[in-house]
Formats: sequence, C-alpha cells, structure tokens
Amino acid sequence: MKGSGSPMRLKAAAVGWSFVILAVLMIVVFYFYPMIQALMLSFQTGTGANLSFNGMDNYKRLFTDSMFRTAVKNTFIYLIVQVPMMVLLALFLSTLLNDRTLKWKGFFRTAIFLPCITSLVAYSVIFKYLFAGDGLVNSLLLNLHLVSEPIQWITHPFWAKITIIIAITWRWTGYNMIFYLSGMQNIDPAIYEAAKIDGASSGRQFFGITIPMLKPIILFTSITSTIGTLQLFDEVMNITRGGPGNATASISQYIYDLSFKYSSDFGYAATVSYSIVIMIVVLSIIQFKVAGDRNG
Amino acid sequence: MVKVRRFSMYVFLSVAAFISIFPFLWMIVSSTNASVDVTRGRLLPGMHFMDNLRNLLESVNILNAMKNSLIVSVSTTLLALLIASLAGYGFEIYRSKTKDIVFNILLLSMMIPFAAMMVPLYRLFGKITNLVPLIGIDTLAAVVLPTMTTAFLIFFFRQSTKMFPKELLEAGRIDGLSELGLFYRVFVPTMKTTYAAAAIITFMSSWNNYMWPLIILQTPQKQTIPLLISTLGSSYTPDYGLIMLAIVISTVPTAIVFFVMQKHFVAGMIGSIK
Repeated sequence: MKGSGSPMRLKAAAVGWSFVILAVLMIVVFYFYPMIQALMLSFQTGTGANLSFNGMDNYKRLFTDSMFRTAVKNTFIYLIVQVPMMVLLALFLSTLLNDRTLKWKGFFRTAIFLPCITSLVAYSVIFKYLFAGDGLVNSLLLNLHLVSEPIQWITHPFWAKITIIIAITWRWTGYNMIFYLSGMQNIDPAIYEAAKIDGASSGRQFFGITIPMLKPIILFTSITSTIGTLQLFDEVMNITRGGPGNATASISQYIYDLSFKYSSDFGYAATVSYSIVIMIVVLSIIQFKVAGDRNG
Repeated sequence: MVKVRRFSMYVFLSVAAFISIFPFLWMIVSSTNASVDVTRGRLLPGMHFMDNLRNLLESVNILNAMKNSLIVSVSTTLLALLIASLAGYGFEIYRSKTKDIVFNILLLSMMIPFAAMMVPLYRLFGKITNLVPLIGIDTLAAVVLPTMTTAFLIFFFRQSTKMFPKELLEAGRIDGLSELGLFYRVFVPTMKTTYAAAAIITFMSSWNNYMWPLIILQTPQKQTIPLLISTLGSSYTPDYGLIMLAIVISTVPTAIVFFVMQKHFVAGMIGSIK
C-alpha cells in the first residue's frame, strides 16, 4: 500500500465490507457458532445445563443405540424409495407438459404445482385424516373393491412408511417438476427434430436427450431432496408421531425427542445431529461424483 | 396408435391433476360440514361453515395465531430482503479476493441441517434471555432472528446482481450519488422482480416454519399458525370440520401470494438455480 493512496483505498474497501458485514455476522452467529457449539456438545454428557466432557462415549453409544439405528434405517428407506420415485415422476410429468400441442397446459401445471403452497404441517394433518383407518382413502378402496378390508395406513409399521412416502411425493413432485420444465424449455427443439428424423423413439429421446441435457438440474434437485429427506420432521411429527412403535421415526425427530421430550440429553442429541451432517456431506459428494463421471 | 397415446397422456395428466387438487377440495368442502359428516365421507358442501367458524373462534385463538404468524413472516421477509440484497450486491459490486473466499464460506452454511443447530441455538437464546429478555426464549423476535439470513438468499441476490447493468452505477456516480444512494436509488428500483421473487420464497417458508417456533415458543399466546394447526391435529377428539376450517384459513395467505404473484414465483424458483 502506498502512503498517499491508502486512505482512499481503505475507504473504498470499507464501503464494500459495510454492505456485507451484517449478513456475515448473522450467518456466523446463527449458523457457524451453533455448528461449533454442537461439535463441542457432542463430546459432553448430562441433562439440561449440567454438562461434562465424556470423550468419545457419545459416538460409541451411537453404534449400540437401537433407536438411532431405527431412525437411520427409516430415513434411508424414505430416501431410497421416495427421492428416485419422485424425480422420475416429475421428469415424466414435465415431459408430457412440455409437449407443444398439449391443451390446458397452464391448468395442469398449476394444479400439479398447487400442493407446494400448503404448509408442511397443514398437509400432514390432512393426510393423517385422509389415510385414517376409517378415512376417505380406505372407503374409496373398499367401494371400488380394490381391497377387502381397510388398510391400516397409519397404524401398521409397513403401511405407515408408505403413507409418509405418498405424502412427501404429493407435496414435492410439482415443485421439482417446475425446475425440469424450465430446463426443458431451454433445450433446442431442433435436437429432437434431428432425433426424430434419425428414427429415435420417444423413449430413446427421453433417455438420450432429455436426461443428459437436464443433468445439472436433476443433480440440484436430487441434492436438495436428499438434504430435505435427511431432515424430515414435520410430516413424521404430524402424521404418525414416529409410530407405530418407532416404525416411521426420522433422525430429526429423534434429535428433537432427545433434546426436548425426554430428559434434555443435549450432548448426545448433538452427536446424533452430527451424524446427519456427515451423511449430507458424504451423499452430496457421491451425487456430484456420479453426475461428474457421466459427464466425463 | 398416436391417438391412443395422446388420449393416455391426457388421462395421466388429469389423474395427476386430480390427485394434486383433491386434498384441497376435500379440505374446503369439509370446512363447511359437521365433524360427523366428514368422518362419514361426505364430499358435498354442507351448511356448517358458520358453526365451524364460531366453534373455532371460541375454542382456540386463531386470530392471535394469525397475527403472530403475520408479524413473524412480514418482519422476517423485510429483514431478509434488506440483509441479503445488501450482501449480494456488496459481494458482486465490490468484488475482491477476500470477499469471494468469505462468500464461499457462507455458502457452506447451506449444508448445515437445522437439526444440528437447534440445540445450540436454543441454548444461545437461553443466554440471550438472561441479557435481553425482549428477544429471548418465547418471543416472536427469537423466531425471526436465526431464520432471517440465509446463504441461499445472499447467493440468489448475487446471481441477480450479475445481470444488473453496471453502467447505471457509473451514471449515478457522475450524478453525485453516494455508494449507499446508488444501492438505494439505482439498484433497488431496477431489481423489483428479483425482490418480488425473494419476498415470495421467504414469506412462504417463514409462514410455514414449524420446527424452530415449536422449540422456541412456549406460551399459547405466542403460538404461530403451524403450531396451532399441529395442536389441533393431534387432539384425541378432533372436530374435523373445525380443523379443516383452521387449515383453510391458514392456507389463505400463501394461496393469495401464490396466485397474485405466480409469474414471479416460478421465475424466482428458476432464477435460484441459474
């Protein structure tokens, strides 16, 4: 820095920083500070505010904790079944909606997107009632003679998971569809014309053109859906309360229960929460790698 | 063959549209029916709307919850827009190596799951309560504070600033505007669409926020709408008509925002990934 220019330059730098400083402070205080606190907490034990360090004990406990194992297993079932199903359904719907000759396009698009305007709590409560033992879904299935007795959507361990998966798919498919639709509108129609002339079937066009062209968007939506599913809370809390037994419990709900429902085991709750952090990082890296390889 | 395919296309889309809309229709219809009719599966509008409304207003303080939710959502949105747009603008217009590094570090916060922060955040607000009770546990301010700044929104504004014509700033400087004046008088008015999209995204997520208010708010007078709906939904002897009406009312603000600003909404979502 030169003596004469420095006050001016310092002032210019100060102006720039003054624009961003508030945001930086807020993120540090409300994201990074809690993150570091959680890391320190994860090595402590005790109830409420009486905490003491206990080394790696919490992390050892993770491996013997059957409730944690159940929550992780449930979360991964949601992840493995629901995310690919929803992505494919959204891709399929957006392909149909991208057809130039389709009528009532605006209506279909708005209708399928509509679930996104409901709050997670509100739609969870609606689904809880729709899928109740004597609820509308069962009476419909019974009247159509598709089933001979009501399905225990909420109270059977297997069907309760299915209910959660149906609910999440209902809420988020339209959301993902909008992203794909906008991506498709950026694909040059000439590419499809050329493929048609070469005799490619619509299935070939879908896998040969649409999917590769949309890959960045599919990657983006897969990562956000994965992060969202790993943090699943509102639906489980309001549709099944984690039950029956712990058949639908998610990791976030377990952390909540550990912290605020049972005896406020903040230390161990933080340990469990770090397991989500690690999973998000690992899964994001894997998804980037998978997408990257196909690029090469 | 082509005709069959077109037909099945319309059938599939119609089924998808019906499944998407049906829960809304059912919720609206049920809000006009008595609880027994809802359990009997009545799908026609009834005459019990006023009864449900009266019972709802008598049994829970939904107006107060609406007020709380509005205070939280509007102040979160205003503050979020201010903080994030200042930062997005600052990171792009006054670009420097150090700022780029800081920006990338901020982006990492998007990977942090809320579940991992809730315990330390709760403890942090425990400490704040001792110092400044006005923004401590069980206050609406405590709902707003940790949720009003997101790296996502900063990123969103920075991306939009990239498209902002910088010549306008030079022109403003020649006219003698201060640096803050340039932001306020030149940038903000030009970027109205970006602000609209950001406002919708923030308002919706704030209005629907459940987990953090559940943790930090404790007295019924402070309840926001999602907390009230959740309480109603978990009651052992639910009055379905009443609950459905409560859900209808809770969805009205987001529905208005969606239908009035549909274009910006979609533009905003898409802008966020470009």
